[in-house]
Amino acid sequence: MELIDQHAKKIMEGCKERALAAGLKFQNESLEYIVTNRDLLELTPKYMIPTLYDYWVHDVELLKEKGRYELYPSNPYETVINTRPAISFYNDNNPDWLNVMIFYHVLAHIDFFQNNLFFRHTWDYDFTGQALSDKRLIAKLRSEKGRWVDYVIEFTRGIDNIVGFYNELSALNAPPKTDISKKLDYYFDVFLQQNKRLNISEYINEINRYNDCVKQYGAKGEKHFFSEISGKHPEFDAIFEKSLDKKINTRPDLIQYLIEHSEFLNKEENKWMISVMEVVRNTSIFFQPQIRTKIMNEGWASYWHEILFLQDDRINGHEVDFARVNAKVTSMPRVGLNPYALGMRLFYFIKDMVDKGKYSVEYKKLLDQGKRDKYDSGNGNGRDFIFKIRENFSDFMFINTFVDQDFVTSNDLFVAGRRINKKKMVWEYYVKSRQAEDYREMLFSKLYHPPRIEIDEEKSKRNFLYLVHHFEGKPLVKEYISNTMLGIEYLKGGPVKLETSEVSVTAPPKEGEEPEIKWERILYTMEKRKLTRRKL
Amino acid sequence: MTNLYTYSDLFMLQATTAPKGNYTTYIRSLDELLERDKKRDKDGFPRKIRVGRIIKPGKGGKDKIVVVPSTVEEKFIHDNRILAPQEGEPSGGSGQGEEGDVIGEQPLHEPDQGEGDGEGPGEGSAGQHEMESSAYDLGKILSEHFELPNLKDKGKKRSFTRYTYDMTDRHRGFGQVLDKKATLRKIVETNINLGNIPDVSQIDPTGFIISPYDRIYRILSREKDYESQAVVFFIRDYSGSMGGAPTQLVVAQHVLVYSWLLYQYEKQVETRFILHDSEAKEVPDFYTYYNSKVAGGTKVASAYRMVNKIVNDESLEKDYNIYIFHGTDGDDWDTDGKETIPEIKKMLVYANRVGITIVERKHKQDNGTEVEKYLKKAELLKKHPELIRLDTMKSDADEPRLIEGIKKLISQ
Repeated sequence: MELIDQHAKKIMEGCKERALAAGLKFQNESLEYIVTNRDLLELTPKYMIPTLYDYWVHDVELLKEKGRYELYPSNPYETVINTRPAISFYNDNNPDWLNVMIFYHVLAHIDFFQNNLFFRHTWDYDFTGQALSDKRLIAKLRSEKGRWVDYVIEFTRGIDNIVGFYNELSALNAPPKTDISKKLDYYFDVFLQQNKRLNISEYINEINRYNDCVKQYGAKGEKHFFSEISGKHPEFDAIFEKSLDKKINTRPDLIQYLIEHSEFLNKEENKWMISVMEVVRNTSIFFQPQIRTKIMNEGWASYWHEILFLQDDRINGHEVDFARVNAKVTSMPRVGLNPYALGMRLFYFIKDMVDKGKYSVEYKKLLDQGKRDKYDSGNGNGRDFIFKIRENFSDFMFINTFVDQDFVTSNDLFVAGRRINKKKMVWEYYVKSRQAEDYREMLFSKLYHPPRIEIDEEKSKRNFLYLVHHFEGKPLVKEYISNTMLGIEYLKGGPVKLETSEVSVTAPPKEGEEPEIKWERILYTMEKRKLTRRKL
Repeated sequence: MTNLYTYSDLFMLQATTAPKGNYTTYIRSLDELLERDKKRDKDGFPRKIRVGRIIKPGKGGKDKIVVVPSTVEEKFIHDNRILAPQEGEPSGGSGQGEEGDVIGEQPLHEPDQGEGDGEGPGEGSAGQHEMESSAYDLGKILSEHFELPNLKDKGKKRSFTRYTYDMTDRHRGFGQVLDKKATLRKIVETNINLGNIPDVSQIDPTGFIISPYDRIYRILSREKDYESQAVVFFIRDYSGSMGGAPTQLVVAQHVLVYSWLLYQYEKQVETRFILHDSEAKEVPDFYTYYNSKVAGGTKVASAYRMVNKIVNDESLEKDYNIYIFHGTDGDDWDTDGKETIPEIKKMLVYANRVGITIVERKHKQDNGTEVEKYLKKAELLKKHPELIRLDTMKSDADEPRLIEGIKKLISQ
């Protein structure tokens, strides 16, 4: 791979100045590479991260028929990668005007990576550097342990989509610590409310009593306060001590849980496996926000490349060329979903709504469509507002909050249904609904959403692991259960159980009737590399 | 239809196309990959490498077979396939139209669309060579990976098929490996001739005279290897009812069998291709066989009669192992097999194995297809299990199922 030439780099630097002036915020350094077909062949299996660890599956064509995007949180053809400095990839024959457009798009992506809070955990280090050292670690282990390294990678990757991404984030975005003692917190937040179940007036009496103690005794107020309690609730001290023993990470994900609790992994000769598992987990956590902000990220980048390109004085004379490419990127398909087009329209829409002060009770009270259209409070600041959105929202929140009937109607959107017409032997596409709620539901169903699988610690015994799949209307892909559980069993060094839901046998629907689906809870057990299934 | 997450900047903004290249770009050799997979067995884990889709559409309908080892990484993921088949997954849309309006149509079965479609116009023979060579590769994977049982070696007419190289020839004076025993024998012989060994019971080797020509070496030599000859008939039902999945499956399965034969018999196996609807016709090569489009009604007997005629006319029976593979959806106008059964009986006299694959179409509700019924009624399957096999699969069968089918058809 080689860097872009000085001429193109100079254009990029010009774009940076203009983008910064428009309010985008990003680190000034960036690396731009030319990619050839050959480079792409090597990079795409590694999600464009050149230093990602080697793994044989990267060398084999992957079967994609069952939801590639459910399996992998990153796009294999990503143009910008979220590293320090950010790296981006280009064809070697792009004309200058096209590069200007792409550079703005890329800069908006970098701005998004470096300011959206869902990427918080990627801000403090350079992933390519981390990946390189991980790659070396794995190569070294492979030279010692041979193919067993690949088995550990394989089995850990089998569960790397159910990593605790949000737990990781919440640890980073924790509210600032108060200087109130833990004991006091525990007494008021947990003990009184959960153990004693005080009613409100009793609770307020306790607070008043505490305040009086502080007033009377100053710094020693707390001590006096608790001395009375030990008389009233002698068990409190013991309960509080016990609560301190509990682990801080109360909800480890499956990989973390195995690392902590598996006797097999914690044997001296197997400890190396833990570092391999951590590499796989960290890699997955790194990619998680990417897929959860696809619509926003692409929308944001398209919004800015359009605005900044049209303001750029260097590309006069290429407006028509630009219009042609831009239309391809940002037009709404008649049927289908284009994240660029959808995200960009939402950002324009939100900015316009805020500019006119339409996110207000006053506007919502208006029922007359004519008045609604003309409404303008004249004091909104849409630009600031969309910057806040790009900082704090993910795709789900974005859609859930802003896709409303005004948006759906003004963009002529609808839910497109598809049904078989048996007479003509064709699939028919039809306008199924123009309701905002239906459109939102349809979008939600398209969003990346890994299953929620948690460890039931009460049912897990020392010698086996009990996993519970929280059912959300969709079963798990059956064919994959066996090998995934086989991997967990290996890492656990003992049997694994999985509770999930599956369709119980249904009678074939009569002509013209919706088939009725009944669900039942199923318990899978993987023991000694044999899978058994029984109804609960 | 494209997914929300398939969009990417490289494609959208820079009009990049997906990189071209096949597995050979990444991996040092297929053997290595398969070797690794074999070790998984040993370590007690299921194998992971599968033979991927094999037919890739080329320019101008000249499809190529490409061998792609592939795999899947299993995880716990949601299954989105629970929707009723009459109603596809809803998607986004934009533009004009009232609720309920139909805005477009798409044929259920699109001809020549995507990968793995076996029906395409038979055109030229430019793609043929390429297919043969990678079909050979595919066969290699099949017989190594799936360990298909070898066909019985009946050994009639022996045919000179290939060379192997071995250190079997002896050569005096120079060569690759010194044959010590032979050399010593030669030295003793020389010395006896020279009168250098007066007393045979008391030999003193230190007194031996050694001529340079006494040294005997082994050298690499070319050896002939003999294998038996076989002729394989591929018969495919290409009647109107075979459109879509049945044809694809039959063709895919025959590609596999053909590839495997090419490999197992080092390209020495003779193949004949017969297509039939209500009439049968022989086509010159696999390419045409595989690309011919569907037409007409169904008479299975016509094809079998043709096979019998060819075998008889060319007296193949004497010199060849004969195998017959037939793929059909099980429909036959000759509903009770009055014409077909006698032809099959004739075939069983000379054939080493007849393998019939029936792909049941989805809306078939009653038990069994016509072909299946009359075969069962005639009890041929029970009487001659070593000669005739039947495999019935559903029209949504996947590749592992195809392979399993082949095993069933050709196992001992």
